[in-house]
Amino acid sequence: MSLSEFLQMSGYGAYVWSCYGLTLAVLIGIEWAGRRRLREELTRATRRAQMAEGRS
Amino acid sequence: MTSEARITGEEPKSGTRWLWFFKLASPPHAYRLAGLLRPWFFWPAVALMLIAAYGGLLLAPPDYQQKDAFRIIYVHAPAAALSLMVYVVMAVSAAIGVIWRIKLAHAVAASCAPIGTWFTVLTLATGSIYGKPMWGTWWEWDPRLTSELIMLFLYLGYMALRASFDDTQRADRASAILAIVGVVNVPIVKYSVVWWNSLHQGPSISKLDAPSIDSSMLWPLLIMMLAFVLYFIAVLCNRVRSEILKRERNTAWLTERLVRS
Repeated sequence: MSLSEFLQMSGYGAYVWSCYGLTLAVLIGIEWAGRRRLREELTRATRRAQMAEGRS
Repeated sequence: MTSEARITGEEPKSGTRWLWFFKLASPPHAYRLAGLLRPWFFWPAVALMLIAAYGGLLLAPPDYQQKDAFRIIYVHAPAAALSLMVYVVMAVSAAIGVIWRIKLAHAVAASCAPIGTWFTVLTLATGSIYGKPMWGTWWEWDPRLTSELIMLFLYLGYMALRASFDDTQRADRASAILAIVGVVNVPIVKYSVVWWNSLHQGPSISKLDAPSIDSSMLWPLLIMMLAFVLYFIAVLCNRVRSEILKRERNTAWLTERLVRS
């Protein structure tokens, strides 16, 4: 099987590859959003903790 | 340190049998554990996805009817399975949170919603793209498709309801009711293709003793499903940690951990 045959997917290439592309995008997207959220909360919580330490 | 064993502000009543559980469910333990376990879910998930994609795209033979278009099933079916599984995890966590008043359970439920939403969107999108060449239409008001769309509205409704409360505890309780009631839609989606005459094809693997799919096509699907489950848990770990950070503000253990390390 050649590479162009593989990419063509017996004529369904546009459908198959768009599905795999979307899946990859969603998987990367949820991971990225989760990491960003954690980083934000960590920054916020650290700042608050430092302020609490400064008061006491 | 007393705050380490505190979960709900009161000591567990039913003897010491469940003490390990309460200890595990305490925010400091859960926070640390989620961070420790995450890589052990994330990297195996990525490795299994690559193996499954290789098996599904290159090793599996083309379907006799659907030709190579059937390879969409390797991303569509796991996404669909996860859209249901994540909802069940969310509803069960919400129920545990309401019944036993475990804060961590509410944090897990709240963390599930955005992940489940994206799996549902992915299911509908890939299903639509799969449907066009197979059925000649992007969308049909078919039982399976319609009930999956309701799944999306349940996730969105859950998140909208949460967002409408300023108080986290009230948001937890109100959204838990919605999550628990909405769980009836899960079997409706799952068995819609069996109960009603649907355009959607029937299950391929639900009967493992006699699957309606050849083993060369089946194993990449099973591996991909496992990979999606592990990936979900990995993403969930980060989300739960974020929720704990948000909910545990001004607690001694968190200040201790963040300032002195």
